Amino acid sequence: MPYLFLKQFISPLSKPEDNLIHSTSSVMATYQEFIQQNEDRDGVRFSWNLWPSSRLEATRLVVPVSCLFTPLKERPDLPPVQYEPVLCSRANCKAVLNPLCQVDFRAKIWACNFCFQRNPFPPSYAGISEVNQPAELMPQFSTIEYIVQRGPTPPLIFLYVVDTCLEEEDLQALKESLQMSLSLLPPNALVGLITFGRMVQVHELSCEGIAKSYVFRGTKDLSSKQIQEMLGLTKAAASGQQGRPQAPQDAAASCRFLQPVHRVDMNLTDLLGELQRDPWPVPQGKRPLRSTGVALSVAVGLLEGTFPNTGARVMLFIGGPPTQGPGMVVGDELKTPIRSWHDIQKDNARHLKKATKYYEAMANRSAVNGHCIDIYACALDQTGLLEMKCLSNLTGGHIVMGDSFNTSLFKQTFQRVFSKDYNGDFRMAFGGVLEVKTSREVKVCGTIGPCVSLNAKGSCVSENEMGIGGTSQWKVCGINPSTTLALYFEVVNQHNAPVPQGGRGVIQFVTQYQHSNTQRRIRVTTIARNWADAQSQIQHIESSFDQEASAVLMARLGVFRAESEEGPDVLRWLDRQLIRLCQKFGQFNKDDPTSFKLSESLSLYPQFMFHLRRSPFLQVFNNSPDESSYYRHHFVRQDLTQSLIMIQPILYSYSFHGPPEPVLLDSSSILPDRILLMDTFFQLVIYHGETIAQWRKAGYQEMAEYENFKQLLLAPLDDAQEILQTRFPMPRYIDTEHGGSQARFLLSKVNPSQTHNNLYAWGQETGAPILTDDVSLQVFMDHLKKLAVSSSA
Amino acid sequence: MNVNQHTPMASPYGQPQPGYGQPGYAPLDGGYPAPYAPYNGPSSAYQPGAPPQGYSPFTNFPSKAVVANPVSDLSSPLDLGPARGPPTSGTPPVSAPQPYNQYSQGDMQNGPPPLTQAPPRPAASQLYNQGAVNLSGPQPSYPQNYGPQPSMQQVTSQMTGMQITSGAPTPTGPGYAPPRSSQHPASTAYSAAPPPSYTQAPPPASPAQTQPPPPSGPAASQQYYGGPPPPSQQPFNSSLPPTSQRQFPSPGLPPSSSQQTFPPSSYSGPVSPPSQAPAHPVSQPQQPFPPTQPPFSSAPPPVSQPAFAPGPPPPTQGSFPPRAPPPSSQPGSFPPPGPPPTSMPSGQYPGPMPPQQQPPPSQPHPYQSGPPPIRTQMPPTSMAQSNHLPPGSQGPPGPPGPMQQPPSQPGMQGGYPPQQNGAFGQGRGPQPGYAGPYPGQPNYGAPAPAPAPGPAAQKRLDPDAIPSPIQVIEDDRAKCTEPFTTGVRGQVPPLVTTNFQAKDQGNASPRFVRCTAYNVPCTADMAKQSQVPLAAVIKPLATLPPDETPPYLVDHGEAGPVRCNRCKAYMCPYMQFIEGGRRFQCGFCSCVTEVPPHYFQHLDHTGKRVDCYDRPELSLGSYEFVATVDYCKNNKIPQPPAFIFLIDVSYNAVKSGMVNIVCQELKTLLDYLPRENPEMDSVVRVGFVTYNKVLHFYNVKASLAQPQMLVVSDVSDMFVPLLDGFLVNVNESRLVIESLLDQIPEMFADTRETETVFGPVIQAGLEALKAADCSGKLFVFHTSLPIAEAPGKLKNREDKKLVGTDKEKSLFQPQVGFYNTLAKECVAQGCCVDLFLFPNQYVDVATLGVVPVSTGGSIYKYTYFQAQSDTERFLNDLRRDVQKLVGFDAVMRVRTSTGIRATDFFGSFFMSNTTDVELAGLDCDKAITVEFKHDDKLSEETGALMQCAVLYTSCSGQRRLRVHNMAVNCCSQLADLYRNCETDTIINFFSKYAFRGLLNNPTKAVRDTLINQCAQILACYRKNCASPSSAGQLILPECMKLLPVYLNCVLKSDVLMPGADVSLDDRAYLRQLISGMDVTESHIFFYPRLLPLTKLESGSLPLAVRDSEERLSKGGVYLLETGLHLFLWVGASVQQELLLNIFGTQSFSQIDPSLTSLPVLDNPFSQRLRDIIESFRAQRSRYMKLMVVKQEDKAELIFRHFLVEDKSASGGASYVDFLCHMHKEIRQLLS
Repeated sequence: MPYLFLKQFISPLSKPEDNLIHSTSSVMATYQEFIQQNEDRDGVRFSWNLWPSSRLEATRLVVPVSCLFTPLKERPDLPPVQYEPVLCSRANCKAVLNPLCQVDFRAKIWACNFCFQRNPFPPSYAGISEVNQPAELMPQFSTIEYIVQRGPTPPLIFLYVVDTCLEEEDLQALKESLQMSLSLLPPNALVGLITFGRMVQVHELSCEGIAKSYVFRGTKDLSSKQIQEMLGLTKAAASGQQGRPQAPQDAAASCRFLQPVHRVDMNLTDLLGELQRDPWPVPQGKRPLRSTGVALSVAVGLLEGTFPNTGARVMLFIGGPPTQGPGMVVGDELKTPIRSWHDIQKDNARHLKKATKYYEAMANRSAVNGHCIDIYACALDQTGLLEMKCLSNLTGGHIVMGDSFNTSLFKQTFQRVFSKDYNGDFRMAFGGVLEVKTSREVKVCGTIGPCVSLNAKGSCVSENEMGIGGTSQWKVCGINPSTTLALYFEVVNQHNAPVPQGGRGVIQFVTQYQHSNTQRRIRVTTIARNWADAQSQIQHIESSFDQEASAVLMARLGVFRAESEEGPDVLRWLDRQLIRLCQKFGQFNKDDPTSFKLSESLSLYPQFMFHLRRSPFLQVFNNSPDESSYYRHHFVRQDLTQSLIMIQPILYSYSFHGPPEPVLLDSSSILPDRILLMDTFFQLVIYHGETIAQWRKAGYQEMAEYENFKQLLLAPLDDAQEILQTRFPMPRYIDTEHGGSQARFLLSKVNPSQTHNNLYAWGQETGAPILTDDVSLQVFMDHLKKLAVSSSA
Repeated sequence: MNVNQHTPMASPYGQPQPGYGQPGYAPLDGGYPAPYAPYNGPSSAYQPGAPPQGYSPFTNFPSKAVVANPVSDLSSPLDLGPARGPPTSGTPPVSAPQPYNQYSQGDMQNGPPPLTQAPPRPAASQLYNQGAVNLSGPQPSYPQNYGPQPSMQQVTSQMTGMQITSGAPTPTGPGYAPPRSSQHPASTAYSAAPPPSYTQAPPPASPAQTQPPPPSGPAASQQYYGGPPPPSQQPFNSSLPPTSQRQFPSPGLPPSSSQQTFPPSSYSGPVSPPSQAPAHPVSQPQQPFPPTQPPFSSAPPPVSQPAFAPGPPPPTQGSFPPRAPPPSSQPGSFPPPGPPPTSMPSGQYPGPMPPQQQPPPSQPHPYQSGPPPIRTQMPPTSMAQSNHLPPGSQGPPGPPGPMQQPPSQPGMQGGYPPQQNGAFGQGRGPQPGYAGPYPGQPNYGAPAPAPAPGPAAQKRLDPDAIPSPIQVIEDDRAKCTEPFTTGVRGQVPPLVTTNFQAKDQGNASPRFVRCTAYNVPCTADMAKQSQVPLAAVIKPLATLPPDETPPYLVDHGEAGPVRCNRCKAYMCPYMQFIEGGRRFQCGFCSCVTEVPPHYFQHLDHTGKRVDCYDRPELSLGSYEFVATVDYCKNNKIPQPPAFIFLIDVSYNAVKSGMVNIVCQELKTLLDYLPRENPEMDSVVRVGFVTYNKVLHFYNVKASLAQPQMLVVSDVSDMFVPLLDGFLVNVNESRLVIESLLDQIPEMFADTRETETVFGPVIQAGLEALKAADCSGKLFVFHTSLPIAEAPGKLKNREDKKLVGTDKEKSLFQPQVGFYNTLAKECVAQGCCVDLFLFPNQYVDVATLGVVPVSTGGSIYKYTYFQAQSDTERFLNDLRRDVQKLVGFDAVMRVRTSTGIRATDFFGSFFMSNTTDVELAGLDCDKAITVEFKHDDKLSEETGALMQCAVLYTSCSGQRRLRVHNMAVNCCSQLADLYRNCETDTIINFFSKYAFRGLLNNPTKAVRDTLINQCAQILACYRKNCASPSSAGQLILPECMKLLPVYLNCVLKSDVLMPGADVSLDDRAYLRQLISGMDVTESHIFFYPRLLPLTKLESGSLPLAVRDSEERLSKGGVYLLETGLHLFLWVGASVQQELLLNIFGTQSFSQIDPSLTSLPVLDNPFSQRLRDIIESFRAQRSRYMKLMVVKQEDKAELIFRHFLVEDKSASGGASYVDFLCHMHKEIRQLLS
């Protein structure tokens, strides 16, 4: 876990107190461990690990009580139990029996810790006693997984939706990837194939001999019912007269398009092999006509009609923007470029709103049925991800963006979609429903993550919405072990109503989902935090602050806002939050910036904010709308560690001076005799300093006597390989050197502490100047201090 | 009937007799009498003789006489009278009165004899009819007639022919005009003749009269006949057939005309001759004609002979002996009229006539001898004038006649012979051949007499006496022995039933263009008065027989065809080069256009371009230009066309076996796609679609291992799901296509889908062609009413209750407007649709057919299709349909010379404006009927020209222009119009006109309109062209004598008069089918061919019989062909030998009525019969399924439906009844 050393980062701000960070103050140590332990066990990171006991105090803390929750965090040590959870019998509670419940073993009764309902144990628990407790009552099982035995276990469904308006080379690569993927699927999984270009073809897989497909016009918006009729899916129901034979027919009908892999893999392999490029001629100066909108509509309609509420993954492969029909993003005239941020700001993007609306509707339909949609977009130009992002964002699908299907980036990423866990099961789950139950003092405000609201109103739903709110249940159609939701809470306890002594706020997360082995499972995580009086125990509360989690949580709020607000407004809001936080927790003398200090538990937070402000999640400059959408998509679903990397990339330095070490993300780290490895999550940059580059060019690494140089060159490659092999999506791998054009990836990320403006003013021993007018972290901090201590602010 | 009979009775009697009583004539007009006299003489002679003879010897005769009377009255008298009457001008009236006068006179003069024989006279009058017949072909025809007559029909036909001929003769006259030139002299001779005739006349008259008295004489004459006929016949046969036929074949026509003319001339001999003669040739223009005549003169004679040889001779031979007398008697009557003139003009006649007449007993002779005499005379005359054909032909016959007659009237001959000879020679030639024409001539004389007597005599119309289609067909065949050359304007081509060779000499061959009239009235008033439709049936891409040269392809390179600047007519033989060849004047609009430099050529001394005969467009009536890019859609050279097969795979289609059959067949059929160069592969690409309520397209790209099926369910908004791989070259994709065709039946073997769509199917094909940017043809194989939810969805609206009501028309209209719109789009793209229907119930052909009909496609319908019995028919149709040459994306434009204008078009096409006929597809079987109207006066000098230009894309993808030019004469005399028209074409026009009228009018109104128009046509003739006669006579123009019978067939067709078992679909199907028929097909469709099969000789077909149950013999086997069906009718008491030969069974009861093909038996009879059936099938554009009908079997009902001369089960009138009805109508109009 190379990233855990984040905490070792040295902030310029806290430089004087370097030692403090390393010194393990008891509190810190406690909380650090506590946080780590909680994350490992429950997949939960709270912004505050002590909760202020009243609404007023909570508001004053600036950062809301909130958490990052990874519902399906991998727990190799947690075997699922083979029975179903015991629920509170109160109709509007239904909380699950958990270790925090009070149990009367003699009466065989347990008290719900949310509604205080006293529930008898079910008959199967007759043998319960202090020494014979079910797992869910043991403290180490604050997170526990149940397997639901009832009901059918429908197979997984993979529906490939393939754009055929590709270059021959791309198409070939894509076909190969798809053929390869067949071997990765479980044999009983159902697969389907839809191809599209000017037309949309739904391929029938069951037939021998002739390859059949149903064709839809690419310009016509069809309702789900129409699609099902046209595919002949409703026929059996309509014309079936006898009750019995109908069912098999039904199945057969739907199976024409979705067949078990083991039965059709030969067939499908051939079919994929014979896929032709869209044959319709593309006149000079035109884009190929690509009916992505209708293709998706057909895919969604097909699944809707055949397998509602069954885990299914629609995998959309596109090589360009939709150019016709509903969901069209750009016209087919090449002289009209696809919309840029500039166009959007000028309200010049003709198709934007309509297309977005169309895809949103599609995403919602899909989400209702529990199907998730992946987008694999490989093209040099934009492909309309901005409009289509909701497809994945609302359904929990992946978005992968690359330059070509014929790159290892795509190929390996795609392969990794089908990666398996220690049990040999796919790292994916479907149709997840996350329900949050809170004790009375807390209510849930909302969620930011790849989900949709299920509109479940209830007593634990706050009126104050943050993210997707107004509900206590969300649907996460596609979910994997790293999928992480940000949940925001509100303390509703009134200031004058005392929290019961020793009371704890309790939150229960109930995640029902379809495991990739088709079992239905329920994972229940119950956590509790102590209440603290903000007035008397502010120090405790401060030290319970999880600045990493908070940074990510606040960043998600920012990104969420950025979707609907202008960029500058979001930045201003972020700045104000930061200043308020500093004012609240900083130690300073009024109007004396130099006196400003932050405690250890907050010391990194401003630095995160500095990098966040510069990140592509909030800055659209130099990014296309598609890229922004892509970055944001990943940002709101990755776990804390990955999110932090995205906010503040990590930088390693390799040299002859010692072992590889993490260095400051600062221009001063760019030295001639170093090799740098930067990981921004999306990119992996290996940068050879000037001297190193010259040596390499001179070929020293080939000489036996410079074996050590060779080793040095190899070291970052090995580390990069390690990252590449685990990261999803696979990052763009860049090998560059001093003066290389690709070095811009590095230069744009590092803190511009040395620029053409101050090159000789600051230290001179090291570093490379960055040609930018961006403020450096130093300047940022100076301003922050000034504003924080200002009495007028 | 009554009327006819009565009237005829009265007038005929009077007339004939009087007429016969040449005296009357003589008194009246020197000239006339004379001609008449001679004729009468013979006729009278006949009559007298005939009655007795006829009666006694020939049972038929009497009957004929009886029947004939009416008929003869109808035709001959009428015709003769009118036709000649008018021409003769002076004389006719005379003649008219003459009849009466004659009667009286006759009574007076002949009276005595007649009186004595008064009763016989009536018979004689019948004889007259006969006489009329004689007239028509008295001399030659008689013998012939006799031959043929053995069958009642023949006689009647002759009779009719005669009568008609009377009319016809005149018309033919013009044709003959040329010959007449010689005749002119003849005419002069005629004039001269008249006198002789007069002189002769008396004799004849007297003979006639005398004849009667000497009934024995007749007998003698009969004997004579017996004697003479054989010899004459033999000679004829031998001599005539060979010589005449050979030499005369083509002339046949002209001769007939000439004959006719001659007759007239002869008739008028004295007075009228000239007038008539002129009329015929150009009646008045005789003089001008003379020049023309010369060339013709030679021809005519031959013609006449040939005519004789073919038609008459055989009949005469066969039937002659028996019936000869009767006919003779009738002919006699004719001859009298005819002969007189003829005789008059030609010494021959006189010669013969006299003999005949003189020898009263010879009356029969006259007929018989009449011909002989003619012959005899002929020989001399012909000899005298030209030894050519006439002599030969006549020679033989002549001998007998002459032998007999000459002696009698040597003087006559001597005097007349020269001139008349010439005339006669021709005239006779024709007459014999053209029993009809001649009769006409004779009619002149005869008309009056014949009719009167006949009708009077009998009370009931004898079916044998009314004009017989068979006879007309046979006569035409007989006279057509030489190639028909198109060089002369205004010639009536041989009938469609005749095998002839056409030679393009500047006008389009009749295989491409047939007109209703070859003499167009000069003024609109005339046209309106006559009511004869002016129309042309154009079959632009007709297939020519192997011995005729297809149109030459002319390539003018990039400059394209040379055209008139103003009217844009294409370069053609009617363009006149002036100013040394630097400019040309358009024959259509008279505009002068510069000759483009590259096209310049010097003129020779006659003003013709030197290269005239090197360039098809300057010397031929039909040719093709290679079109330049300017003539292409969007100015782009067209892509090769594509064929798309769209196959219904719903439950019914699969179950009936259709799908399987189509797929199996296509595998081999695809190797026979149309191509222009047989050695090259066809460039036509193919595509496949199957459908039920969704459509399945197939990707059969060569690179695929397996075909791919693309299902389009979105039928509401059809589109083509693929581009590449849908339309492929057969050779490249053969394996994939075969695999596909193998799999289609399997794939849908278990289908349970019963609903189908139709509109989207065509849309799909259309879109595919659009996408490929080419024109093409869709082959749609469809089974059921399209009730699935889709554009063009239909409801079942078959409602028998509406039949016969004013709302009936709505059933012929499309149910929804969708298909009209679709058709328009199809036409715009050049997408032709052929529809193969396999319905088990109502499918609404009226609506489904809209697109095929509008796009120049065809509809094939196989009701209750069963793989076992219908496969052969379907496959043959399919093969032919796929293989036949077809042009795409065609536009046809008909340009005409000033004064006339194409106003209406009928056929399978679409018109978006009033001039351009747009055809998405145009195949070799499709004909378009064009109606013309006057918009100004026409001049007789320039005639009326028309040019039909068809711009199309050939099946190899070449853009071409096919041009057909046609010039017809203009006439200022109605008689010329009536003389030069073609009933078959008129019927073609009428049927199309009426069937289209069904869309907007109640059926009854349509029928009434038809009847009215027909009545008006005939009434106009009667009023203006026929010699005055009793109103009770029905007089038919020679050329139109079959109009009533054919019209009756049209009226009785399922479309206009449905039987109870005829479905709405069948009617709509036939209605649409007929809209694209050419004359050949419409003829056989309306008047099926019925062949007795008792004896089969190799090389020739048995003589057809009339479509009436009366003609069927219980002991016989008959083959009936309608163009759509083929029936083999087996009489209940059929000879066992026949059964063995045909079916290989012993007894009638063992015949399997479900046979669809005859067993292959190794005997000559079976072999020959099967050959005949095969040859019939090969002649038709649609394969005819053979049905074996056993007498008294249930299936006989169907068969009887096609016996069109009988009353039909659905209430259609019999021929006889209808004729009477027509007569009544005409009389009403006249009064």
